[in-house]
Amino acid sequence: MDLQRLEGILSRYACQPADLIPVLQDIQDSYNYLPKDELKVVAERLHLPLAQVFSVATFFTMFSLVPKGKHVCKVCVGTTCHLKGGQRLAESLSNRLGVDIGYTTKDMNFTLETVACLGSCAQAPVMMIDDTYYARVTVDKVPKILKKYQ
Amino acid sequence: MGEVSFYINDLYTSAPVGTTLLEAVRSMDIEIPTLCHHPDLKSEGQCRLCLVEIGDWPQTRLVNSCTYPVEKGLKVQTHSENVLQARRLVLELLLARAPKAEIIQKLAAEHGISQSRFTSEDPEELCILCGLCVRTCRDIVGVSAIGMINRTPAKMVSTPFKEPSEVCIGCGSCAFVCPTGVITYTEKNGIRSIWGRDFELVACETCGSYIAPRASLEYWAKQTGDPVERYYICRNCR
Ligand code: SF4
Ligand code: FES
Repeated sequence: MDLQRLEGILSRYACQPADLIPVLQDIQDSYNYLPKDELKVVAERLHLPLAQVFSVATFFTMFSLVPKGKHVCKVCVGTTCHLKGGQRLAESLSNRLGVDIGYTTKDMNFTLETVACLGSCAQAPVMMIDDTYYARVTVDKVPKILKKYQ
Repeated sequence: MGEVSFYINDLYTSAPVGTTLLEAVRSMDIEIPTLCHHPDLKSEGQCRLCLVEIGDWPQTRLVNSCTYPVEKGLKVQTHSENVLQARRLVLELLLARAPKAEIIQKLAAEHGISQSRFTSEDPEELCILCGLCVRTCRDIVGVSAIGMINRTPAKMVSTPFKEPSEVCIGCGSCAFVCPTGVITYTEKNGIRSIWGRDFELVACETCGSYIAPRASLEYWAKQTGDPVERYYICRNCR
């Protein structure tokens, strides 16, 4: 376990029970997932039962207990994007990347996910790769976008 | 602490501030079915069986009686047509969730339901996710060895990482409190197995019958500050 890295994250917080979610978010950002040993340390340091930490870690879809890819691609399938072909977009990405929705490519480069709304319905269909938004993504734009990350 | 007066089924009554409607109703010997309520635990309103109707007709609404505190002048109906209909719906949903649970079959039958119109995802399922086990382990035992994990439809009760829990003391309180009997444990050759972990059972120094897992006795000794040896003699032999 990379204790120094974890300490770096924990040092930014007062380590109270209420810090759990932000701490887990930072770990997720830094490690691309929530490693088991790290969660045990977090429980201890935040004075929380491990059962509660595990409960929170498994509740939110932004957290993952297995390593995610280097890039996380979130395709919106909320109502508007759904009508505008979000599902088709997700399937096209799934075919291109050769990975099922919710999974990570073998080379650990991409995790493909669908989400319920990215809050940009006016630009549907929308997808997000890491922190970048892609608006009005038609299936034919997919290869060009993916190229930037390969 | 003051008293508040209100109406239950048109009867004028009163209870101390902070009493829940369920407590008030039950103190009048009116029966409301519940599955997730335990008098020693704070209610969380998970099973929805304890619904009652509050307010003045036609502006009434259904609330969980186990979590709703008494209010001055509140009108409460415990067996109105709306309540019974909602309760039957809840029972149908519970029956679809846990078709094999005897207590739910029994409650459903009492309310005239033999079959649920909803499809069952798992005909073997027993857990209704009422959370009594989690609350008992957290608030009464005080170790929080188990918790709710995932979100529906994958939500379930589990130890962290679905591995044997390091803090579990094998007391079996979670199994004891479970209304549907989904949490089980076995005892064989002086070993109790629960939540995937084996606990050595301590036999009474006097009569030789098993008392409880060593981990439980040690935990209780630590909690009370008594020497652990005191717990090596069973209650009957003390
Ligand atoms: S047996 Fe373990 S999980 Fe169950 S109540 Fe006791 S300590 Fe908690
Ligand atoms: S007893 Fe009130 S919701 Fe279960």
